Amino acid sequence: MAAAAELALLEKSLGLSKGNKYSAQGERQVPVLQTNHGPSLTGLTTIAAHLVKQANKEYLLGSTAEEKALVQQWLEYRVTQVDGHSSKDDIGTLLKDLNSYLEDKVYLTGYNFTLADILLYYGLHRFVVAQLVLEPNSWAKTAIGAPDTKSMIKTRSRRKRGRPNGSSPN
Amino acid sequence: MRLFVSEGAPGSLPVLAAAGRARGSAEVLISTVGPEECVVPFLTRPKIPVLQLDSGNYLFSTSAICRYFFLLSGWEQDDLTNQWLEWEATELQPALSAAFYYLVVQGKKREDVLDPVRRALTHIDHSLSRRSCPFLAGETESVADIVLWGALYPLLQDPAYLPEELGALRSWFQTLSIQEPCQQAAETVLKQQGALAFRPYLQKQPQPSPLEGRAVSNEPEEEELATLSEEEIAMAVTAWERGLGSLPTLRPQQNPVLPVAGERNVLITSALPYVNNVPHLGNIIGCVLSADVFARYSRLRQWNTLYLCGTDEYGTATETKAMEEGLTPQQICDKYHIIHADIYRWFNISFDIFGRTTTPQQTLITQDIFQRLLVRGFVLQDTVEQLRCERCARFLADRFVEGVCPFCGYEEARGDQCDKCGKLINAIELKKPQCKVCRSCPVVKSSKHLFLDLPKLEKRLEEWLEKTLPGSDWTTNAQFITRSWLRDGLKPRCITRDLKWGTPVPLEGFEDKVFYVWFDATFGYISITANYTDEWERWWKNPEQVDLYQFMAKDNVPFHGLVFPCSVLGAEDNYTLVKHLIATEYLNYEDGKFSKSRGVGVFGDMAQDTGIPADIWRFYLLYIRPEGQDSAFSWTDMLLKNNSELLNNLGNFINRAGMFVSKFFGGRVPEMVLIPDDQRLLAHVTMELRHFHQLLEKVRIRDALRSILTISRHGNQYIQVNEPWKRIKGNEADRQRAGTVTGLAVNIAALLSIMLQPYMPAVSATIQAQLQLPPPACNILLTDFLCTLPAGHQIGTVSPLFQKLENDQMEGLRQRFGGGQAKPSPKPAAAETVTATGQQQIHMLMNEVTKQGNIVRELKAQKADKNQVAAEVAKLLELKKQLALAEGKPTEPPKGKKKK
Repeated sequence: MAAAAELALLEKSLGLSKGNKYSAQGERQVPVLQTNHGPSLTGLTTIAAHLVKQANKEYLLGSTAEEKALVQQWLEYRVTQVDGHSSKDDIGTLLKDLNSYLEDKVYLTGYNFTLADILLYYGLHRFVVAQLVLEPNSWAKTAIGAPDTKSMIKTRSRRKRGRPNGSSPN
Repeated sequence: MRLFVSEGAPGSLPVLAAAGRARGSAEVLISTVGPEECVVPFLTRPKIPVLQLDSGNYLFSTSAICRYFFLLSGWEQDDLTNQWLEWEATELQPALSAAFYYLVVQGKKREDVLDPVRRALTHIDHSLSRRSCPFLAGETESVADIVLWGALYPLLQDPAYLPEELGALRSWFQTLSIQEPCQQAAETVLKQQGALAFRPYLQKQPQPSPLEGRAVSNEPEEEELATLSEEEIAMAVTAWERGLGSLPTLRPQQNPVLPVAGERNVLITSALPYVNNVPHLGNIIGCVLSADVFARYSRLRQWNTLYLCGTDEYGTATETKAMEEGLTPQQICDKYHIIHADIYRWFNISFDIFGRTTTPQQTLITQDIFQRLLVRGFVLQDTVEQLRCERCARFLADRFVEGVCPFCGYEEARGDQCDKCGKLINAIELKKPQCKVCRSCPVVKSSKHLFLDLPKLEKRLEEWLEKTLPGSDWTTNAQFITRSWLRDGLKPRCITRDLKWGTPVPLEGFEDKVFYVWFDATFGYISITANYTDEWERWWKNPEQVDLYQFMAKDNVPFHGLVFPCSVLGAEDNYTLVKHLIATEYLNYEDGKFSKSRGVGVFGDMAQDTGIPADIWRFYLLYIRPEGQDSAFSWTDMLLKNNSELLNNLGNFINRAGMFVSKFFGGRVPEMVLIPDDQRLLAHVTMELRHFHQLLEKVRIRDALRSILTISRHGNQYIQVNEPWKRIKGNEADRQRAGTVTGLAVNIAALLSIMLQPYMPAVSATIQAQLQLPPPACNILLTDFLCTLPAGHQIGTVSPLFQKLENDQMEGLRQRFGGGQAKPSPKPAAAETVTATGQQQIHMLMNEVTKQGNIVRELKAQKADKNQVAAEVAKLLELKKQLALAEGKPTEPPKGKKKK
């Protein structure tokens, strides 16, 4: 998925009405957003975080310092690891790592759905579709259902030995 | 939370700097692990640095860790910072990896190294200058600055890689580099080796693909070949085949050595040892021995080299010593000068001149410089309050007063400098002063003195430093010390003393005073040269043609980096100033300091009584040279290094190579028919040889020694794999193969003998005699590996080079020289170095503790049965105890020795 299309999709799911125009820069086709006020913004995760703030959904960037750092870590993972690799072995390792990380988690930061889940899902989409054999698809299903996540989170949380449900964004 | 870092891993730098900044808002336990450590349980590939949070979560992205530390101290994220961090991860990092790889692993030229990063550097520079903000995201420093600084520092700390034209980048970089947390992080991670510290890490990384038009390739390249191109191999083979013919003619020995226009002229000085102290091992490695290695190397490069040193003889200490021994100061100096000279001769130090400072030339030159400074208005006169001991009836020189340091409270501060905090002290500022001779309390009296007006010279000094430092090889500690002095501002410095034993002050009203040794001791270098040749000015008033290298321990930096340059700059007489100031850290003895008074440690004159040859001493001292950090002399370690590195590795290889020639081929080097494996070995050896040159050109003496040992390891492996002792009994082809392997091995031995020459001159000469290496080859070290022992060459008698050191022998020496018991010292808990095996155990236990903690918490949350909770808590406590045990005391020393 080209970055511009991905960002447009994100805008839509964030409920942003007016579509932005994106240009692409350089060999990697890095997306650039020309904002009305101030300088342009460059980079997929940078623009995505900006859109989240525009939509007043800051909770998608994490609420505690720990969550915020985790969200950014996985956003970085998306653009460096997921987008960076193309050999089969690399992708195998990547999916295996993610699977083992997600073993005891509902979402990337734990119990809260964040921008990291959205972008990692977009990024992984092509592999997951191609390689349905691997575990992450249970997380993937959760993320697919993101717009109406609540019920899903509840079922998963219950399975997790009654840990308090941390799904509702504050 | 727990931060895992590794000395050789690139990301550790920004992370430590950020952690340093967040001190106060977070309690961080820092653990040093190997760069290959798998800390994060869910990641297949090793990733360092890593921050393990109290929740059990892991942050394994360098930026995320830094971001977290900033968030903890109240910083808010913004678009611009995000943008910089994303750019860093996606654009800068791949470019930098390529640059580091070219620089450190492949040793490419500056231009090639800069090539991949040039665009990124320009981007930062333009962004900074366009927005005209001091920092990347605005007026204040943000996480983006720390992350980018940390990524760039290993490259840009070498000014050669900070392009002149990128002014905004340069000043941004320098602003960050002098900050305390950044400085400390850089010290910890790079150990003053710059990017070279990453070598072990980078060598394991795949060769970066060219950045432009990155082709998608699924084929991982073959490991062996990753660092060697066909072209490199071909070049190594060509050079090898040219053999002895490609050696330039040997430069004839001159006496005296004088600079030659159009050639590289290297003037090397070692700090002048104070005459009435017998130097200890720390003094020897700190200056004379280090300088000797460089001087010998410089001669091997056929650079025109003059190496000088001498005893520093004036001053109160000599006067007092003379009183004690009932001799005149001159007699004392004569006596001790010989002791020094003997010690250095025993250590095989290759001085061109070993002079002294009590000569008419010293008076002439010192007075001339003084007159010039006086005429130019750089000398002040003032009355000084000075400590006078009424009981001894004399003014007390700085070193004869002791007291409490006014800055740090250290009890035994000297009158001129505090050994603990390193600050210079004015003797009358000392609290509770005591006369060191009679222990009575001195009184303050006034006396007229002369001062060097350093504040007036400060600007010239700064201009000179700005010109000199970029592209020079000043050690990092020398740069830091000099910069920090300049930052604090220079003060006028007293240059006269109420003494007799010194250079007379040629000024009315000062007839009963002499120059303070620290004013004229450094002029000793010049006067010693003047005693060696009448044409001394060709060395000392020739800054364009002469490269001056000055070697010393770090306590001597202020005098060589500031006072000496200021004096000769102010004299305006076109003096040659130091180009490369090479300062070591300190060498400790076993677990403590060398101490003459407590009889602890090995002093120069005793080393020869140990029965251990001088070259073994040289080797071990150079192997532990306090390069970039303090190090310690240890008898056990000396035994280990001798028996493993010298005996089993180097000695074994050279001896085997020679023995095969003698035994199987009647002492004649056999015919060599190179197959691709051999060619690859040639290229590997060539690469390591280049690396050796690269390190020694930057005076990384200790690191370069490792290259020698690496080559002999390659050699041992080569013999082991090819088994010439078996093949010699085989068919024609096998016999030919045995010949090739033996021939190549003995040529590697010959190369090693030359590389070894700066470090172990006697051993080097022995090898060369055994192999009958032709004289020109013995004295020149090229950057190529040549076949210096062609087929048919007759070698001499081969015999073992090294002797095993035995435990009993070392234990006896340890007792004789006092100090360290063999007991392991408990390490501080906050920053322990964990061994690889211990680390796994700790990691396992930590996971267990986390799991068990969760169980307990859940039980408590569910208000479970008390007994059940208590049982689980007991389990948790037991686990924690085990963990503490594992972390606090490494259960047993690692088996065998650590190889790196």
